[in-house]
Amino acid sequence: MTIATDDITLAARGLGHAYNGREVLSDIDFEVGRGEFVCIVGPSGVGKTTLLRCLAGLQRSTAGSVSLRGQEMTEPLPGVALVFQDYSRSLMPWASVARNVELPLRANGARRGEARAAALRALTLVGLDEIAAQMYPWQLSGGMQQRVAIARALAYQPTLLLMDEPFASVDAYTRADLEDLMLRLQRDLHLTVILVTHDIDEAVYLSDRVIALNGRPARVAEIVDVPLGADRDQVATKSTAEFAELRARVHGLIRGSREATS
Amino acid sequence: MNAARKGWLSSVALELWLPVLLVVIWWVASSQSTSVYFPPLSSILASFAQDWLEPAALVKNLFPSIQILSIGYSLALVSGIVVGTVLGLVAPLERATRPLLETLRAIPGVALLPIFIVLFGIDVEMKVLLIAFGSFWPVLLNTIDGVRGIEPLLLDGARVFRYGRIRRLTAIVLPGASPQIFAGARTALAISLIIMVVAETVGGSGGIGYFLLAAQRNFAINAMWGAILALGIFGYLLNIIFRIVERRVLRWHRLQQARLESHS
Repeated sequence: MTIATDDITLAARGLGHAYNGREVLSDIDFEVGRGEFVCIVGPSGVGKTTLLRCLAGLQRSTAGSVSLRGQEMTEPLPGVALVFQDYSRSLMPWASVARNVELPLRANGARRGEARAAALRALTLVGLDEIAAQMYPWQLSGGMQQRVAIARALAYQPTLLLMDEPFASVDAYTRADLEDLMLRLQRDLHLTVILVTHDIDEAVYLSDRVIALNGRPARVAEIVDVPLGADRDQVATKSTAEFAELRARVHGLIRGSREATS
Repeated sequence: MNAARKGWLSSVALELWLPVLLVVIWWVASSQSTSVYFPPLSSILASFAQDWLEPAALVKNLFPSIQILSIGYSLALVSGIVVGTVLGLVAPLERATRPLLETLRAIPGVALLPIFIVLFGIDVEMKVLLIAFGSFWPVLLNTIDGVRGIEPLLLDGARVFRYGRIRRLTAIVLPGASPQIFAGARTALAISLIIMVVAETVGGSGGIGYFLLAAQRNFAINAMWGAILALGIFGYLLNIIFRIVERRVLRWHRLQQARLESHS
């Protein structure tokens, strides 16, 4: 699949990273178009978080480059929002939910009133009301806290939304709810999302395309198109033959590599 | 009577029963005393009322103490938090200065009194500076630890969402370090009270320490005991004020800790 140059939101070119000479990522090449939902999937410890930190501009890669709408990402650029896996550590425990969501806006020049209004709108989008907005994040359940982190990213009106294993710390039911919430938000708000996960089902269920990583150092095994349409359902979609086939294919890509390297 | 009020009353009762009991024992045991050094509590209290409850006497005896304590302690807080934040954020600087800081901290503040007299004289300035110097260390070292212990994910978030330097400091670093800053400030308050009393025994600027030493030298034993009593009450009131401020500022921390404990 090729993306029109104007629509390329993020591009990784020959991206590689080494810690003290030990290579963890090598020659990673992909593009993400505007309005796409892309999942990067790979086994635990393959360097997914390192990759995401490079994509966010939090870390400079030791090889290759990342660009956001043509601008090279050597530091965090405007318009990139990030949702971390560990909501209990990424939200400020001393600030109310509303303040957590509005702070990025205040830090980027929004007035108090408009930041608060935008925060409340974003919280409504993720299903949290004004009562929850007044609470401390740790007074909410895990799933609710991750909704706060998502609302914080939405309020920022990101060009690119990055998510690092965002549903790995919640239970299975909450996880399904949050997956469907993300699908709905991505479609309604035309978000461009890159989500990193080790869960193949999740990657296939959410994505327009899946980037499968494998090997040590990790490389892109293959980029798999996921033509499952816009309307997806946890039960119906996951029981189609198409889903099973895609799932098996991604699984094979990741597992195949392990046999090749070990 | 509602439950909150009842809870408050019972906590006051819990706090007061022992002091009240001790005062009663003191009163009874000393009532027939003829010792010069251990006069009856009734005469100590009479002297106390005269020196510390009369408005004019209170202003004269206590105001100088409050003045040097508040200025010295504030200086220690501000400089400790500022320097501690810088050292906490700049790791190489912190590593390079740590041994020196640990050495200086180990010197008791009151031991520097002779040097401070030589350097700054025997007036208010010397006393303020001695209090500031002695109580600076716990604020500094706790601030460093608090700043270094800030959750790295919060700092990553601040970078991604492009917080400015000031915003990062006021919204993330200082609130994140605040529980430890308060722990340091509490220790510093106790230290500054001790240094205050010792420093006031030098020169003639008045205050509780001066009053205490003057009473002892004049064999005004009742007044001396009264001053000790006043000092205890003064320290206790300072601690209460500190606790009220801490409860307000660290409300989130107290509630979160309580929640963690109830869940484990």
